[in-house]
Amino acid sequence: MKLKLHVWRQAGPSERGRFVTYDTDASEHMSFLEMLDVVNEELESNGEEPIVFDSDCREGICGTCGMVINGRPHGPWKRTTVCQLHMREYGDGDEIWVEPWRADGFPVQRDLMVDRSAFDRIVAAGGYISVRTGSAPDANAIAVEQVDAEKSMDAASCIGCGACVAACPNASAMLFTSAKAAHLNLLPQGQPERYGRVLDMILTMEAEQFGTCTNHGACENACPKEIKIDVIAMLNRDYMKALLKAS
Amino acid sequence: MRRVYSLYSTSVGKKYTMAVSGAIFVLFVIVHMFGNLKVYLGPEAFNHYAEGLREFGEPFLGYEWFLWVFRAGLVAFLLIHTVAAWQTSRQSWAARGQKYKKQEKLVFHYASRTMRWGGVALLLFVVYHILHLTTGTLHPDFVPGDAYHNFVTGFRSVPVVAAYTLAMIALGLHLYHGIWSAFQTMGLDGPRTKRWRMPMALAVSLIVVLVNLSFPVAVYTGILQ
Repeated sequence: MKLKLHVWRQAGPSERGRFVTYDTDASEHMSFLEMLDVVNEELESNGEEPIVFDSDCREGICGTCGMVINGRPHGPWKRTTVCQLHMREYGDGDEIWVEPWRADGFPVQRDLMVDRSAFDRIVAAGGYISVRTGSAPDANAIAVEQVDAEKSMDAASCIGCGACVAACPNASAMLFTSAKAAHLNLLPQGQPERYGRVLDMILTMEAEQFGTCTNHGACENACPKEIKIDVIAMLNRDYMKALLKAS
Repeated sequence: MRRVYSLYSTSVGKKYTMAVSGAIFVLFVIVHMFGNLKVYLGPEAFNHYAEGLREFGEPFLGYEWFLWVFRAGLVAFLLIHTVAAWQTSRQSWAARGQKYKKQEKLVFHYASRTMRWGGVALLLFVVYHILHLTTGTLHPDFVPGDAYHNFVTGFRSVPVVAAYTLAMIALGLHLYHGIWSAFQTMGLDGPRTKRWRMPMALAVSLIVVLVNLSFPVAVYTGILQ
């Protein structure tokens, strides 16, 4: 199928970017990233700079890839990262606009690649538990209620791709931050550091260039792992408890 | 005091203050609506109610004391609500310097996207509403002390009714998103709460809008003379 691609090209973090239009011939069996690979091969053979984008596992589990396709993070398919989007979605003659995540917290490095180290700093601030290392503890030594285990696993399914920030009209990182806090705060192992974690992670998130949550819900609809805004309510609740405990 | 500051120092805390001050306004518009329903009982009942607001608390309080304390409280909460909205909005506007060329609306519902301009519209409406029916500055035939007369004659003009209608639409959208959002912001999302918070927000905003709009309609159709 013949496609018209409008791709955001930006030579570096401080360069001005612009859309460049490419015509390509794609097979419906390709993934979206394979389609871009083919475009890049052609660009390279013409001596032009290939389109820079992030990708790693290409099976939807690592969270490395991500771009906004026709206004939607990771493209039109639900529960799908862009590497798992396939070209059978599109038809002959379609026009596709491809942009990087747009958020000041995620500065563009080149083309479609953004710097998501702000997420690493949020996790480093509290997205861990402190335990003695050594031999593995006995399984089931600490009882976890089934409901909590499920909720925790739902939150832990966050792959840190950044689609929530990209989709949010406010470019807020609340869904990511609260998912990373919730999966620990729901488990017994996360309790000793719970409220310190909540304050540290929120303060770190605030120090990055993200916007504020206004409960639009766009993050939930964009999340390839379908993480719900329930985790945000939990973080809000824990923030108040943390302040009451801190005094 | 340090705790209040640390609450307010993050956007999460600012939203708590917006949720709490917003909840006060939700209660206010409901009470305001119930008070105005007295207009259907006739001039005497309505004027008696209006005067009652001024005499509230007597003889322990002086004439209009309660009313002024009440007004001061509302202004204080309005300031908190507006300043927090302004500060969080600015943080969000600054968070996306480069806009999308294409952006699909992935939000739950349209109402959330009206909060900012809707809030400004409501603020302007409140100023107009006070100049119209409280001070009478913008009223063509204002009689101090005759609330019923001011009410009925005030709604006999098409532009006024149009302005009130638009304001009530803005109020309905603001209330709907604001009410369920306040629960989310304050972390109230237990299984039962989560089930009824959105339907409840819809019901409250619909009732407030429809009852408030019934007043100009009743005047216009001659039910209230």
